Amino acid sequence: MSIETHIQLALLIPIIGLVGIVLTGRIPNLREAVTLITATANAINVWSIFPAIQSGARPSVTLFEMLPGLTVNFTVEPLGMMFAAIASTLWIVNSIYSIGYMRGNKETDQTRFYACFALSISAAIGIAFAGNLLTLFIFYEILTLSTYPLVTHKGTEEAKRGGRTYLGILIATSIGLQLPAIIWTWNLTGTLDFVPGGTLTGKVQGLSAGLLLALYMYGVGKAALMPIHKWLPAAMVAPTPVSALLHAVAVVKAGVFTVIKIIVYVFGLELITTESATNWLIYAAAITLTLASLIAMNQDNLKRRLAYSTISQLSYVILGAALGTAMGVVGGGMHIAMHAAGKITLFFCAGAIYVALHKTEISDMKGVGRIMPVTMFCFMIGALSVIGIPPLGGSWSKFLLMVGAADAGFQFIIGVLILSSLLNVAYLMPIPLRGFMLRPPGAGDGPVKVQEAPLACLIAICITATLTFVLFFLAQDIFDFLLPITVAGGGQ
Amino acid sequence: MSTAANAGFSLMANLPALQVVVPMIAAPICTFLRFRNGPWAFALLVSAATFWISVNLLMQVLGSGDISYEMGGWPPPFGIEYRVDTINAFVLLIVSGVSLITLPYALRSVEREVPRDKHHLFYAAWLLCLCGMLGITITGDAFNIFVFLEISSLSTYMLLASGRDPRALTAAFQYLVLGTLGATFILIGVGLLYIMTGTLNIIDLAERLGPVSDTTSVRAAAAFLTVGIALKFALFPAHFWLPNGYAYSPSAVGVFLSATATKVSIYVLLRFQFTIFGDIPAFAELDFATLLLPFAIMAFLVGSTVAIFQTDLKRLLAWSSIAQIGYMVAGIGLGGVDGLTAGIVHLFNHAVTKAALFMAAGAIFLRVGSMHIDKLAGIGKTMPFTTLAFVLAGLSLIGVPTTVGFISKWYLILAALQHGVTGYAIAALVLASSLLAVIYVWRIVEVAYFREPTANREVTEAPLSMLLPLWALTIGCFYFGLETGYSVDIARAAAQSLLGVTP
Amino acid sequence: MMEWLGQFNYYVFAILMMAGIYVAMSRGNLVKKVVGLNIFQASVFLLYISSGKIWGGTAPILGDGLTQPISNPLPHVLILTAIVVGVATTSIGLALIVRIKEAYGTVEEDEIAEAEALYEEELIRAEEAEA
Repeated sequence: MSIETHIQLALLIPIIGLVGIVLTGRIPNLREAVTLITATANAINVWSIFPAIQSGARPSVTLFEMLPGLTVNFTVEPLGMMFAAIASTLWIVNSIYSIGYMRGNKETDQTRFYACFALSISAAIGIAFAGNLLTLFIFYEILTLSTYPLVTHKGTEEAKRGGRTYLGILIATSIGLQLPAIIWTWNLTGTLDFVPGGTLTGKVQGLSAGLLLALYMYGVGKAALMPIHKWLPAAMVAPTPVSALLHAVAVVKAGVFTVIKIIVYVFGLELITTESATNWLIYAAAITLTLASLIAMNQDNLKRRLAYSTISQLSYVILGAALGTAMGVVGGGMHIAMHAAGKITLFFCAGAIYVALHKTEISDMKGVGRIMPVTMFCFMIGALSVIGIPPLGGSWSKFLLMVGAADAGFQFIIGVLILSSLLNVAYLMPIPLRGFMLRPPGAGDGPVKVQEAPLACLIAICITATLTFVLFFLAQDIFDFLLPITVAGGGQ
Repeated sequence: MSTAANAGFSLMANLPALQVVVPMIAAPICTFLRFRNGPWAFALLVSAATFWISVNLLMQVLGSGDISYEMGGWPPPFGIEYRVDTINAFVLLIVSGVSLITLPYALRSVEREVPRDKHHLFYAAWLLCLCGMLGITITGDAFNIFVFLEISSLSTYMLLASGRDPRALTAAFQYLVLGTLGATFILIGVGLLYIMTGTLNIIDLAERLGPVSDTTSVRAAAAFLTVGIALKFALFPAHFWLPNGYAYSPSAVGVFLSATATKVSIYVLLRFQFTIFGDIPAFAELDFATLLLPFAIMAFLVGSTVAIFQTDLKRLLAWSSIAQIGYMVAGIGLGGVDGLTAGIVHLFNHAVTKAALFMAAGAIFLRVGSMHIDKLAGIGKTMPFTTLAFVLAGLSLIGVPTTVGFISKWYLILAALQHGVTGYAIAALVLASSLLAVIYVWRIVEVAYFREPTANREVTEAPLSMLLPLWALTIGCFYFGLETGYSVDIARAAAQSLLGVTP
Repeated sequence: MMEWLGQFNYYVFAILMMAGIYVAMSRGNLVKKVVGLNIFQASVFLLYISSGKIWGGTAPILGDGLTQPISNPLPHVLILTAIVVGVATTSIGLALIVRIKEAYGTVEEDEIAEAEALYEEELIRAEEAEA
């Protein structure tokens, strides 16, 4: 089977799965089996494209010409490959977790849930493999629309309002800011293709460059650059597997992935580093980073705290891209992977606590570690990864970002990153510490009864926690894999 | 290419005449078919025939260029000429295509909404309306346009008033007054042009108008024509008749008219604007197309905003139509090949989208019995396919990529960007109105999916005869949003031929 | 001055057109609206026909060759069609008025508006009773 077929299959397999899910909706066990089989098949298929990319190939598939001169085209390059690999691998884990969570919580409309999940994964892979801005925009919008039913899954008034904020902000920014930016780019360069080294070099300078960058960065609402961040806490009305999907597997990752793609393949690193009008992004990312961490410290609701943590972490990636140096960009790209593993663990644990103990507020979680030791231990692992402590994956990406900042001449960013790590400690560590050190209220003095999350959830949590550990050792490989994207000419 | 009294009757050679004559003769025949479903079946057959004819005409035009047909063998400019070029053929296709796909849908819908003893008259009026619109499109004679315009309008008044809702009667009457006003203005315009040039043939008018163009009469003629046509396609602020008309008429009528009547009137505008008044230097300064631009912008802003506050689903769709007509005219107003392409391709795209939406609304009306938005609670569960189709077509209104609405908006924005700073402002307004569309489409989504169905009425999914055309159109919304070859290429070719630009 | 007098037909046209439009727009009685439309259309007929007249022209009948200039017959033909259209419009308008009278009991615009508002209230009340 040719590479091109694999690429097309990567988008089709989840859709076939969707059909299967809808058809087997009446038989839950069969339906869940369909999901798992599809997820596995999808991951195997996506990973099969990996060797070719590693050897330097950039396979391309053009589906059709949608507008004169503009095709729907998929071109796989290392960054996209990494994102697709993350999304498809974590889909398997997320599905395992979902089975435990949705059944444990006795949620309704599970067929719709799994079906929309499959569609969202297909859209995410579409974004990952997009070869030009038009294709990316199409799948970006599909992702927004396919995740809406997931965010509003519960169907309550609160869910509806959360859904309105979610959809409103994402569609408003994509149609109102991103689309004009795309058209402007097309007007300037005559192409929307992603080209190593960028297509805008020499076509735009000064204030226009800064403005175009702003339209893109704020237009990609999924990257949650402040003030376009409100949708993320609003989307916390969703069931936890959806939050995990949003934060780790697909949505925000699609956002920052798009950011890196635009900076590397449309603007080009040379333009970003030489044009001072684009430097505002570094400051915007740094501010978002810090401010979100500060807000996170104030949140009592665990999921909201994690949401603001994500907003902060996303700006790490944006920062890396904004610095424009090879280290920065690769560090940012690596952070997509590291943060995905860490954050998904944290969210899984939050969901597990909700299913097992029906607790959502951190102040209620005294001594939870004694009741749910495995969960809380994995939470700690995930937290350490997000904070950036070796031997967990997050440490490498932060290190690279610091090097990238020094390379770009923005040494103060190193300070910002260190400060941010301290803040991360401040808002993340208390949770496992209180969980283990304190006694649960009303437990008396004797040994605490263990009441863990459903088994499926536990398996998923352990897998992702282990992943953060494993990624530490794979960091060099990821670095080598991603480095070619920073070279104009793409390492072909 | 003449009626062959000597060489035997050639079907293909006489297609232009047959395009109009077939529905015209069919209409009175229909009034005699009083048995059950007779009128409907006959109308369906005739629509299929007219569609076949328009497909053939389009292929002929694309293959071998414009067709010129002399009615009765009298050569133009003395006789009436039927002239088919790219834009004509495109609009013919839209009109007959919509009629064809709406009729299967209409079977159940009309059964419910129109008294059975009136069916033979209803379908006869439908065929007459079809005949009228096809005639307007295909004729190459200015007065003939007026005649067919009135044929289609008169039958429209009948169609609008054929339902059971008494409010439809006043709506039809209001449309009658305003429509007659508009048509008579067109008549005055044509008359003034005739007085100045002595001819009624469109091509001939264009040639003869040059020398006399710098006169008050010709300017007055242009003014009368523009205002008259604007009344006919409900350009803001002459739009009053549209919301009531579409809201209270039978659903099938809403589908048919929303997708065709306004499109044909915009075609007439294009024909007069570009073919007749095209190269006149006197109009270079005060270009009527540009004059329409502010009204078009008001149309899509006001239309979208008012749609948000509607409580009746069909009225909401009608106000949305007013906004969409604004987009078409904005494209025309922006001018140039890109602008005209945007306007013309939106004729097609909006026809597909709005027909789907009105079909969904009609199906909902069949089952739920009311168009009040609060009554639609929970139809996401009780009528899943219909509601899903509605939402998907609604995405096309918003302009989500992969839908036809996106293609139209893309071209519109491209055209706007060619006009400097004002162009940027216009593009921004177009995008802003798309966001307004998100609001009014999402209102329906929230009511349909987030509320529990009201317990009293047994609401089931719509019948297959309604679902199939509905889904065909919905899939069309996406198919033509991806495979844009047909619609965009034809629109571009039409734009180029209207502007006299060689591709 | 003579030119102004010679354009007498256009003045009549303009005045009748305005009168017709005024009646159609401002009168509340539906029948009067239809009458207004008729006046308006009649003015247009006058425009066409009067413009076809040639001074010193005779009836456009082809006898033994053309000895005199003839008035233009084409506008007459056009106006015949337009008159038919006008008649059809009037008949449909009146038919609608008859049905409106049956439905609402009146043909005055403001009274109809009131009756429609009442009808809508009835509808809403009926739907609520059903709920």
